Amino acid sequence: MKIRIKFAKEGTMKFIGHLDMMRYFQKVMRRANVDIRYSEGFSPHQIMSFAAPLGVGITSRGEYVDIEVLSTDSSEEMLRRINAALTEGVEALSYKKLPDSSAAAMSLVAAADYTVRFRAGYEPSDWDDFASGWEEFLKRKQILVIKKTKKGERETDIRPWIYKLEVVCDKKTHSEGNESGEEADRNIRMRIAAGSAANLKPELVMQAYMESRGQKLGEFALLIHRDEVYANQSETELPNFCPLEQLGEDIE
Amino acid sequence: MRKLALPDEILLSIQQPARYIGGEVNMCVKDPKDVAIRFAMCFPDVYEIGMSHLGMQILYDMFNRRKDVWCERVFSPWTDLDEIMRQKHLPLFALESQDPVKDFDFLGITIQYEMCYTNILQILDLSGIPFHGEDRTEEDPIVIGGGPCAYNPEPLAPFFDLFYIGEGETQYDRIFDLYKEIRADGGSRQDFLRAAAEIPGIYVPMFYDVAYQEDGTIASFEPNRDGVPKRIAKELVVNPDDAPYIENPIVPFIKVTQDRVVLEIQRGCIRGCRFCQAGNIYRPLREHTLEYLKKYAYQMLNSTGHEEISLSSLSSSDYSKLKELVTFLIDEFHGKGVNISLPSLRIDAFSLDVMSKVQDVKKSSLTFAPEAGTQRLRDVINKGLTEEAILNGAAEAFRGGWNRVKLYFMLGLPTETKEDMEGIALLAEKVAEAFYDEVPKEKRSSKVQVTASSSFFVPKPFTPFQWAKMCTQEEFLQRAYIVKDKFKEMKNKKSLKYSYHDADVTILEGVLARGDRKISKVIERAYQKGALYDSWTEHFKNEIWMQAFEDCGISIDFYTTRERTLDEIFPWDFIDAGVTKEFLMREWQNAISEKVTPNCRQRCSGCGARVFKGGVCFEDQNQVC
Repeated sequence: MKIRIKFAKEGTMKFIGHLDMMRYFQKVMRRANVDIRYSEGFSPHQIMSFAAPLGVGITSRGEYVDIEVLSTDSSEEMLRRINAALTEGVEALSYKKLPDSSAAAMSLVAAADYTVRFRAGYEPSDWDDFASGWEEFLKRKQILVIKKTKKGERETDIRPWIYKLEVVCDKKTHSEGNESGEEADRNIRMRIAAGSAANLKPELVMQAYMESRGQKLGEFALLIHRDEVYANQSETELPNFCPLEQLGEDIE
Repeated sequence: MRKLALPDEILLSIQQPARYIGGEVNMCVKDPKDVAIRFAMCFPDVYEIGMSHLGMQILYDMFNRRKDVWCERVFSPWTDLDEIMRQKHLPLFALESQDPVKDFDFLGITIQYEMCYTNILQILDLSGIPFHGEDRTEEDPIVIGGGPCAYNPEPLAPFFDLFYIGEGETQYDRIFDLYKEIRADGGSRQDFLRAAAEIPGIYVPMFYDVAYQEDGTIASFEPNRDGVPKRIAKELVVNPDDAPYIENPIVPFIKVTQDRVVLEIQRGCIRGCRFCQAGNIYRPLREHTLEYLKKYAYQMLNSTGHEEISLSSLSSSDYSKLKELVTFLIDEFHGKGVNISLPSLRIDAFSLDVMSKVQDVKKSSLTFAPEAGTQRLRDVINKGLTEEAILNGAAEAFRGGWNRVKLYFMLGLPTETKEDMEGIALLAEKVAEAFYDEVPKEKRSSKVQVTASSSFFVPKPFTPFQWAKMCTQEEFLQRAYIVKDKFKEMKNKKSLKYSYHDADVTILEGVLARGDRKISKVIERAYQKGALYDSWTEHFKNEIWMQAFEDCGISIDFYTTRERTLDEIFPWDFIDAGVTKEFLMREWQNAISEKVTPNCRQRCSGCGARVFKGGVCFEDQNQVC
């Protein structure tokens, strides 16, 4: 039986890298007594795969891990058990049964939502101009950036990979690890391409915009939070993004 | 949400930020307002090494069972963060609360190997605690040292307020109660140290004076005030099942050296290898019962979610219920995704059978530790492993499908001759030959691989070799070259590999191991000149140490190559480790005359550990003699 778990990775957990998160979840499954399926062979391992690696320093409430189980309790009970085995900063948000035919989360990832904030002291001084300038910027036919790939550097047009972007002023208070949240009300929300076909990092969008304004993006200027990861359910040119958790169903 | 001591900008620009954030599974969090004592428990090396240490986890668990104590962890910041902390004047902090170490009541440092001594100074330095006990004020934590190196605490004497000699389980409750009582009465740290000096196992170095003879050896070692014991007897848990083990080990986020559940099956060793400090200072052998081990195996696998469990002891094959234990672990956990790892097993039919069940024969190698190349020298060191046993074990293993063997040796052992050195290559060759004799051509999936490695011998306190002369660096290297050349002559040399350890760091280890109080100046000097992480080859700077010896006017040879007479007073003689100096002397003489001493289960050799009234000394077979 295929199961998809959605989880949050926040607070000090943002310093834990992807490989360590994988090891972490293997132990969580054992502590929570999840009846997970093991591979065959001399050293069996858990059948488990993650949707999209999250960079160190980034928080998220839209992480996914797929597992296979031999038996399961209700979603509610499983969430309770898994959450009891988790440490501060990680929270299991949903536990859904997937259709047997369903593809691995990793192969489905098409887009992701991010909320980007400036760390205190790094905010642009001309915020209003900064906020209103995006409209012009996004009207461009092409946004060329130098993208680092495994083979070297390549000039790439990232405009087609930006699906949505808005500048928001929230009243919500926000705290980020050990940073207190008085900078929290201004943020940039974007939906951009993710996954194996095209993968865009939010900092690259920010950098391209800042450079278009003749500004430089400082090394630690941004606080990045991932809100959701999507599959593209469209059969046509026009994308139809669907949160990965909606491809499964709750177990009663 | 937990606050962190370091800002994001620092954590995101250093290696492995997870070393510094705490928050792991089973970490203990308390409200500082609810506790009377805050204890910072430190392993003076990087997180991945320190978190692999069993003793620290045992004490962490034990201390935190007390409602009035909050024990937290401290490790050496790696060199990248070390530099940043100095630059920005950031104080060293404990992982749990992220509070500065300086604000704690105690800083407890476990001292597991000599080459961490400069890291101890780093910990004090970054914490803002004066190096010398006498310079500390009421604002500073009480600095307490423990672990095997505390059996010769003298090179570190000025840096510690007190040392705890022996196993930590027995006296810490008394220490904590005493501390609370004295603090409640408004007593000072001097009052506390004074009273603590009367607790068994506690050594307060500032209450003792050393006088030296003209030749530099010790003339006398005496308490400098009343009420302080002349000798300090080590502490130990007489019945190991009485001590609580770890229920909820901390599970690191990052991969650490010991990334598994560790089940300590026994303490001590019956073997009596004459070079081995652990085999002497942890005497007598005391076993846990099967019931105890089964209970904790379940508990720890459940509470950690680890996928591997490993047995820990000095010589697991000597555990009397080993078969039952291993069978239990395999039946109960194997097949549920739990690996079972069995280090330090003697290679025989039983262990090979077990290993073939729990590990992939093709991927694993077998390890033998003959320690010396000839039977004569193995008799000198009382290593009861014969060539026949090695070759039989290897042959059996080859038939079972193994084709990789590791052999561990020491070079520079007392009485060692060229024949002993060449014997290393000859033994490796015979193991390789055993493979070709045992495995028919059509069954050889690949050729045999015999890897021999040698470390250089360092005489340690509380061993029969504490009187031994150590080799110079040149002598060590010459011996390694002789072995290396002999390997080149071997018929199967393509199947053999030989490597040897660094010699310069060995010399230093030798000085620190048998050092006296005078050495503390050299350690401090070396640290100030930049020595740190000396146990890490890539960070060890021998020239700094050599300069430090010169600056302090201290001769290395005095501590290493000098002949010690039988009546010399050693810096560690005031410690009563159970084994008597008379026994060690007898064993030293037995070594010179190549006489083997039977192990504790064969015949009691009267080492002195019987005074503890427990363990192997009181097993049935021993009551007769």
